[in-house]
Amino acid sequence: MRHTISVLVENRFGVLSRIAGLFSGRGFNIESLTVGPTEDPSVSRMTIVTRGDNKIIEQINKQLNKLIDVIRVRDVTSETYVDREMMLVKVNATEKNRPEILRMTEIFRGKVVDVCPKTYTVEITGSTEKVEAFLEMIKPLGLQEVARTGKIALSRGVRMLTAKPGTKNNGK
Amino acid sequence: MKLTGAQIFVESLLAEGVELIFGYPGGAVLPIYDTLYDSELKHIRVRHEQGAAHMAEGYARATGKCGVCLVTSGPGATNTVTGIANAYMDSIPMVVFTGQVPVALIGNDAFQEADIIGITRSCTKHSYLVRNTRDLAQTIKEAFYIASTGKPGPVVIDLPKDILTGEAKFAYPESIALRSYNPTYKGHPAQIKKAFKAIQDAHRPVLYVGGGIITSDASEELVKFAEKSRIPVTTTLMGLGSFPSKSELSLGMLGMHGTYTANMAMHETDLIIALGARFDDRVTGRLDAFAANSKVIHADIDPGSIGKNVGVDIPVVGDVKDILHGLNDLAKKDHTDWADKHDKWLKTLRKWQKANPLKYTRSKDTIKPQYVLEMVDKLTKGKDPIFATEVGQAQMWAAQYLQFTGPRTFMTSGGLGTMGFGFPAALGAQAAFPDRLVINIAGDGSIQMNSQELATAVEYNLKTKVFILNNGTLGMVRQWQEFFFKKRYSYSTMTEFPDFVKLAEAYGAVGLRATKPSEVQKVIKKALSIDKPVFVDFVVEMEENVFPMVPAGKALNDMLLV
Repeated sequence: MRHTISVLVENRFGVLSRIAGLFSGRGFNIESLTVGPTEDPSVSRMTIVTRGDNKIIEQINKQLNKLIDVIRVRDVTSETYVDREMMLVKVNATEKNRPEILRMTEIFRGKVVDVCPKTYTVEITGSTEKVEAFLEMIKPLGLQEVARTGKIALSRGVRMLTAKPGTKNNGK
Repeated sequence: MKLTGAQIFVESLLAEGVELIFGYPGGAVLPIYDTLYDSELKHIRVRHEQGAAHMAEGYARATGKCGVCLVTSGPGATNTVTGIANAYMDSIPMVVFTGQVPVALIGNDAFQEADIIGITRSCTKHSYLVRNTRDLAQTIKEAFYIASTGKPGPVVIDLPKDILTGEAKFAYPESIALRSYNPTYKGHPAQIKKAFKAIQDAHRPVLYVGGGIITSDASEELVKFAEKSRIPVTTTLMGLGSFPSKSELSLGMLGMHGTYTANMAMHETDLIIALGARFDDRVTGRLDAFAANSKVIHADIDPGSIGKNVGVDIPVVGDVKDILHGLNDLAKKDHTDWADKHDKWLKTLRKWQKANPLKYTRSKDTIKPQYVLEMVDKLTKGKDPIFATEVGQAQMWAAQYLQFTGPRTFMTSGGLGTMGFGFPAALGAQAAFPDRLVINIAGDGSIQMNSQELATAVEYNLKTKVFILNNGTLGMVRQWQEFFFKKRYSYSTMTEFPDFVKLAEAYGAVGLRATKPSEVQKVIKKALSIDKPVFVDFVVEMEENVFPMVPAGKALNDMLLV
């Protein structure tokens, strides 16, 4: 089953490679991984989409938690959450298919963000399913290039993933 | 007052209570070595950086303190990788300082540059590249804290040369708070209660204990609980020493070369109480047959170890010492007649022990390796020895035939299975306890992997005794080839080995040899009486195999017995 895992990490040199290395080293699969800064500049947030049975997902959670730079891990799959992915799609723009591109873009509530003599670039935002559905529809029109952000997600309402300060001790 | 990075390094280590480090100088760490020249911090200069890493680990295992090693950049750093991976697999606290090229040169393929942080990422608990002299003291504090708390492990600190020559104000941090690292020490009381209830309900329980008991210094609590509840104890290779071998409740080691009784007990039990052990494949045998009719309680400080290989009914996350303390408290208030409850189970186990003890065919003509170990055990009684082992047959015979009386007396490469670990690890322990008897049980194959450290042993008068069970072959490889590869002994026979007596003498140590069973005791006694490092070459039977054996992929009760 596909799982979406939110991870708060220290915004530090090498964190991404630790996480990517954990997945490759232990044979876990990554469908997508996004990372970016949060409201706190010392914290980054990752959204990882992965697949596995319950045992594997449990291990992924536990192993992520073991990394020293990982502050919090939360599998949001079973919660209510909002998720989005953004995609830029470059399509061949001919005199014949331009109206169809525009119509599809409108139906999917996308935007044409760049127009060149031979191509249009369209921005689509939505769930992974929606983004993929658009791709399916646009393919026959002459798809040239695709760039996707991968999924980002936030739990709904008061459920929040925040970094709490550590407990002070003498280090022994 | 400002100090250089090199001075901060030394002052931080002293503030951390470090007394002794193991290392090897080189270009990138010269500023530190210059500071060490007239520092009170003791340093043992090895002959190969792998030796330094294993010595630091041996020191850590014998003392319970964090081991420290210091090497230069590039090859100095990469030479420690096996040692780091070894400490990681066996959860031994260690801080490894590696030199690095100056910050501005990193990434330029500079002379003696290696991305050691990248190379060791998957075999360290954590790692740091220090980019500012200001951060050095804080980094060292964090590294020692991370290495030695929770589930311990190695931490690497990479030190670019200009960080060592740069200056900063020095104040060693007194406290530490990491928001992303707060290990759970206290076992959840409700889980401990649940575990105790399951123990009360069980008819044939087994305590399956590992290195965690030694790490958390919980032997006393373990003995107390086992004796009170009359539950038999089997230990993993890493757990040897955590429970007295002589106890009537001790079943010895379990797993691939475990005792018949330990493995049968694990197969027939209705409750496995796993404490600080991780159900590794050498312990479980075929997974789907493991614990088929048994409930499992698993107590470990690492949540990631729980449920990883074997399904767990009652998980308890925490320090096993605390958890055992909780179980002992519950047992104290309880009125179960444990002796009566487990009488039948213990009788069954005793019957198994009687019918299938560890055994081998004795010989008057050739020295049997098991006989050497029996004699080593006999002749070191009461001398409070620390044993180290290399890896392979010699390691397994040591695990089977030595009798352990206390924790931190047996050091072996359990997880990684590193040939060449034992000798430097023994030297590390010897450096910590110069007057104790430290013995490395080696094979002729593995001793050749780090024998250069003989020079270190002689230089620092580390009077470690190395008992080489010399069978002229890579014994465990040979055993597998005999059983599973139709006796095609591909590259396992080693007829060209050095004369170990002369080798020892060449370094200024003492070399002894025994070729007949009648010489064994005499030679051991002689070795023990010498106040210098000693190599003893026991010329043993080549074709001797380690039994019992659970072939890889077979169930635990599917043992080959002699």
